[in-house]
Amino acid sequence: MIAEKYASQIEKVFSKYPTRRSAVMPLLYFAQEEYGYVTEQGIEEVAALCDMDPTQVRSIAGFYTMYSEKPKGKYWLQVCTDLACALRGADQFYEDLKAELNVDDGGTTEDGLFTVEHVMCLAACDKAPMLQCNFHFVEQLDMDRMRTHLETWRAEAVSQPAAEKPARARKTKSKAEPSA
Amino acid sequence: MAALNIIYREKDIPDIREFDVYARNGGYDGLKKALSMKPGEVIDVVKASNLRGRGGAGFPTGVKWSFIPQSEPIKYVVVNADESETGTFKDRQILENNPHQLIEGALIAAWAIQANAVYIYLRGEFWDIAHALDEHIESARRGGMVGQNINGSGWNCEVYTHLGAGAYICGEESALLESLEGKLGQPRVRPPFPANKGGGLYGEPSVINNVETLANVPWIIVNGADAYKQIGTEQSPGTKVFCVSGHVEKPGNYELPLGTTLRELLYTHAGGIPNGRQIKGILPSGGSGPIIRVNGNEDPILDTPLTYEDMAKTGSILGSASVIVIDDTVDATWVASKAIKFFKHESCGKCTPCREGTYWLDKTVDRILRGEAKESDVDLINDVAKNMQGVTLCALGDFAANPIIYTIKNFPEDFKSHLGGKSTPTAPKSAAAAGD
Repeated sequence: MIAEKYASQIEKVFSKYPTRRSAVMPLLYFAQEEYGYVTEQGIEEVAALCDMDPTQVRSIAGFYTMYSEKPKGKYWLQVCTDLACALRGADQFYEDLKAELNVDDGGTTEDGLFTVEHVMCLAACDKAPMLQCNFHFVEQLDMDRMRTHLETWRAEAVSQPAAEKPARARKTKSKAEPSA
Repeated sequence: MAALNIIYREKDIPDIREFDVYARNGGYDGLKKALSMKPGEVIDVVKASNLRGRGGAGFPTGVKWSFIPQSEPIKYVVVNADESETGTFKDRQILENNPHQLIEGALIAAWAIQANAVYIYLRGEFWDIAHALDEHIESARRGGMVGQNINGSGWNCEVYTHLGAGAYICGEESALLESLEGKLGQPRVRPPFPANKGGGLYGEPSVINNVETLANVPWIIVNGADAYKQIGTEQSPGTKVFCVSGHVEKPGNYELPLGTTLRELLYTHAGGIPNGRQIKGILPSGGSGPIIRVNGNEDPILDTPLTYEDMAKTGSILGSASVIVIDDTVDATWVASKAIKFFKHESCGKCTPCREGTYWLDKTVDRILRGEAKESDVDLINDVAKNMQGVTLCALGDFAANPIIYTIKNFPEDFKSHLGGKSTPTAPKSAAAAGD
């Protein structure tokens, strides 16, 4: 139950807003962290905490791209294929990445490690092609650099005990310069 | 001319994101000065500076603040850090590299309207940026600039961050407020407007400002409105961050005085068009603004000054100044397709013309690209697009029509090339081809 596991963080979240309902988005992130994606259980728990109807919570989870209502891989790769990135090769990069991992658009690899989907502008247009992995920026990519990242994540996954539930990946810096 | 970095001060002082470094370099002097002024005086200074909103609409900031009824006890400042317009990445750099200037600007706004809370709504994908910002807010609190009794003034103001979860529409101010309140991010019927009682955050009068707008405020308070008006033009004072992306040698953010020409921005600063190609088009305001036709690198339209007033004369807009550059290898129909896919994905679904229009425009443009369309289909999408404008609760419906209307208007030959069963490959190949 996220109410127990994340008790102090949840209390801090509620203290930021004059209404309980405002906490629904931060609490959905806790539910997604706990259960791996936004499950029915997670929706019920968030609804109870926020004094909302589960249907209202479910509609919010469905509205946004960063809440997943189905199971996803340990590493959720969201590749920008919007216009500015596409002008710098993002469409081809996305095709190459799907081929490399042998998945379709939105699919998850058989080993359960990678979910790959395309998204709209991520405010990194000067560093295309790029993606977010579990909401962390990974930028200025080509397939060679991408394979290096994939290897790092595979090694990380292997080194973690099987009993540990899917945790968010540590931020891996791309070889690009930081924005400045 | 030496660069004047009002916004991107990290170019002069690399560690300015640290509170101590910021404070040592004039940081929070603007807030301290504002606290010694009457709130109404602060509004007057910002009004006099003619600072215009940097989110895209260009509305005069001081005028917006003056709409707040001073007698209402609860008011809010909301920072719009939902930066999601295609081709826009300027606010991200401010939040990453000069966050205290944003915090300070928001606090000055809060003092000016006598609010006691600031909410910074960041798009969800700024996950790490938001968590770092929380740390910066705490360091400002330890420095006496956030929270109780700010700088010994007796005034309290909290600063909170709130993460979105992936929705361009939450950059629309009323949808942002809905999202912050824990509802679906769908725009509201106006009136009441956010500055009115009943129209703002939690129903209280609220000011919603873009990150870059607020980052200008400390400098204006410290140096005065007249000094700000020395930069740029009369109708477009100050510096602007121009995001340059697409077919240029050096994509990136460029802070320059308003009035700088397109030619100087794209060729002097962004290095010009790679691979010896000619420029074909410019989207000056991301996916939302009308595309400008440019007939090669010598076209005099490139000498247009980047101001709100001069860009309007081209038939387009300055908007958010998210300048996407297209060279002559690109099919404008493909550009229209990419743009309409964006708006179809991002439409919140509330208004029928936008929800249905973006869906049908997307499907029909796909048919055109596959070579399965007739000339009447081009007329059809032009007509559908025009019927989406001026009839929706927010500007997304208006914007979504622009890629269709203006690519057909300015690049009719590109659309015609697909008629009569001709399907041609259109997508740019790789970063190498784009001159990376």
